[in-house]
Amino acid sequence: MDNYLLQIHNGQVIPRADIPQVPYDVFYTELSAFVKNEGFIVQYFAYQEENANRLLAVVRNSAGLFVIGTETGRTFKSLTGAVSEKFHMFEREIAEQYGLKPDGHPWLKMVRYHKNYSGEEDVFGNNYSAEIPGNYPYFKVDGQAIHEVAVGPVHAGIIEPGHFRFQCAGEEVLHLEIQLGYQHRGIEKMMPTMPQKRFPIICETIAGDTTIGHNLCLCQAMESLSGKNVDKGAKIVRSIALELERICNHIGDLGALSGDVAFNPPAAYFGRLRGEFLNLLQVLSGNRFGRGLVRPGGVAHVMGDEQRQLIRAKLAETTPEIEHVCDLLFTAHTVLARFEHTGTVKHEMAKDLGLVGYAGRACNIGYDARVSFPTEMYGELPPNSNHVTQGDVLSRATVRREEIMHSLKIINMLLDKPETTAAPVQMEDCALKPDSFVVTINEGWRGEVSHCVLTDSSGKVQRYKIKDPSFHNWTGLAMSLRNQEISDFPLCNKSYNLSYCGFDL
Amino acid sequence: METYLSLAIAILAAPLFPGIILKVKAFFAGKKGPPLLIKYYILAKLLRKGSVYSTSTSFVFQLGPIVSFATALIVLLFFPLAGANPLLSFHGDVIVLFYLLGIGRFFTVVAALDTASPFEGMGAAREVFFSCIAEITVFAVLVVFYRLTGSLSFAEYFSGDNSISLMSDKGALLLLVIVSMFMVLLTENSRVPVDDPATHLELTMIHEVMILDHSGPDLALIELGAFYKLFFYSSFIANLIYPLSSLSGFSSWALFLGLLVLVYAAIGLTESIMARFKMNLVPQFILTSFALVFFASILTMGVFQ
Repeated sequence: MDNYLLQIHNGQVIPRADIPQVPYDVFYTELSAFVKNEGFIVQYFAYQEENANRLLAVVRNSAGLFVIGTETGRTFKSLTGAVSEKFHMFEREIAEQYGLKPDGHPWLKMVRYHKNYSGEEDVFGNNYSAEIPGNYPYFKVDGQAIHEVAVGPVHAGIIEPGHFRFQCAGEEVLHLEIQLGYQHRGIEKMMPTMPQKRFPIICETIAGDTTIGHNLCLCQAMESLSGKNVDKGAKIVRSIALELERICNHIGDLGALSGDVAFNPPAAYFGRLRGEFLNLLQVLSGNRFGRGLVRPGGVAHVMGDEQRQLIRAKLAETTPEIEHVCDLLFTAHTVLARFEHTGTVKHEMAKDLGLVGYAGRACNIGYDARVSFPTEMYGELPPNSNHVTQGDVLSRATVRREEIMHSLKIINMLLDKPETTAAPVQMEDCALKPDSFVVTINEGWRGEVSHCVLTDSSGKVQRYKIKDPSFHNWTGLAMSLRNQEISDFPLCNKSYNLSYCGFDL
Repeated sequence: METYLSLAIAILAAPLFPGIILKVKAFFAGKKGPPLLIKYYILAKLLRKGSVYSTSTSFVFQLGPIVSFATALIVLLFFPLAGANPLLSFHGDVIVLFYLLGIGRFFTVVAALDTASPFEGMGAAREVFFSCIAEITVFAVLVVFYRLTGSLSFAEYFSGDNSISLMSDKGALLLLVIVSMFMVLLTENSRVPVDDPATHLELTMIHEVMILDHSGPDLALIELGAFYKLFFYSSFIANLIYPLSSLSGFSSWALFLGLLVLVYAAIGLTESIMARFKMNLVPQFILTSFALVFFASILTMGVFQ
């Protein structure tokens, strides 16, 4: 049966002609069999080719990465209701982007509220000249004691816009519906129209906190498509940058979690420590968020001995501090009382939804793209393991703590490697292999970041597909809130800290 | 004269003390913290602004801040600050005063409901629920005091020869009362671990969420009212610790202020060393304070008679 699925590798270019094209019913049975048997979706999207609508799915399991394609009419049979919830967001996105209707989808509604790319009739019957997205019936619970709470898109803190609709009975949340799309910028549609020079700049801004993660995916794809090689020195710098980004965000979030339960001291200490690591990214790249560092073919800043020394010294200084503050946070019994059994997602549920990153690992789904599909230096580095995996806020916080310590360790190992990149690389246009397909996967700090590029016969980007881990995990947050107290929402939300703009694209 | 002077000092100094809480919290967080006079600056800023009213609100919304401020102020008029005789006093004033605070809360709550915001309704429900439970403790305390002194007035509690304090011969009982009044203080003044005055997360708030829609001078009145209320509860505890009326003028004020600083610092300390409770744990916390006072009142029946 696996004859239809073509095994590929992370960052490997294959000719588009090699992608197996099967009739939709074969596609349907292949994918359902795959997904039911511990398979997960990496990418599933539509594109147009010679006036035909095509669907392409990239899926993974423990054996590796596979691709399959099909052609479809304006409607196709939905996999969501009959096979697995993992498809639900992808099918909604396909419906929104190309006006193709997944027939039998149990909760078909828009994802980001925009006109479709193909000019077909809108699947949702929306009038997009009306300005406010989120203009559609929310799931409602009826009853005398039920009240509805609407939060956002404008929030009290300095965070991104998103709308949350709670159906509550008293303090208990029966259902949470999350509506995003307020920051939709049309990045996927824009990419094929842009000069190559701007690609890294755009990809660095897909999600500001995953600058390195997204840009790395782009650069690896460009390198594969143009046949560029990256020397070991540059790979070391890229891996260090990705890990620094992970540490910055995990530390910032642990501080925010602490602040959310009104336990101030760790919040303040973590806030300061996050600054130290942002500054290290600046040492490495000249920018506190790592912009302008990774470029196709290498890195734009060479890591010299001075930078190595600065980073090494700072790590030696901050590691015991981080340990102390983590101890302060994770031994305070009032904090543990808040974290434990709050926002629990059961292992089976997490697997059904296909959660990735620390949200998945906290539910005992061990998947880590650094281990399963290693890029850059990760093949030579030791994997991390997690010990608290009940799926609650405490597990997500503990996984982050363990990842911080792991990242500190592997940065030190990377710093000990003597190779230095030959020369800084600047962005220059390069010829891309025509009629090709490549998918790149990296473990960003939130989880699996993946980009997918299809080039046309003249070697131009025809379809650029981006997937932020938040695309999988927002549903996890919604499920976390089932039968929880509404006052615990901010805590659950922060324990995931998902990206709004990475989702909205 | 002493009465007017002490009242004036209290009214002017009340916004100073929350600055102490912030300083203590900043110390534990390794920060410098805002200046001690921060609350005065905030009040001055708010009073200079205009108020914004939603078109969906009625006069009830505008009444909320005024009533809650007025009730908090009236309570101070009845309280023997630093052992001085209060401006007003009558037999049974304690009951009136705690219900006056209740009226203030009622108007804050209806003003919140008047906005028809789902957040404010939620905050109002929580506030009413928790303060109902706290009321049990407060009145159990009054029962204990009645058994100890046979009176129902602040002036009689805290002045004269057999005033209630830790130092008196029945002082041991008051340890329990002081602890539970401190718990009530945390509850009634929306402090950690019951509420978090510093949070910006509407869904977790209790008191703050009810006043989200108030602005400018209205907000200033609410804040000032909250400072007086906190000052009242802190003075209550300060008086329980030492019989200030036994001292004269300057020394009683010095000790009074010292004890107040102690109480406020204890609030700051509490907020620094513990996280908030889960919302469904809060009633248990408040009922613990009742259990303590109840125990104290049982002791008044046998042990000291």
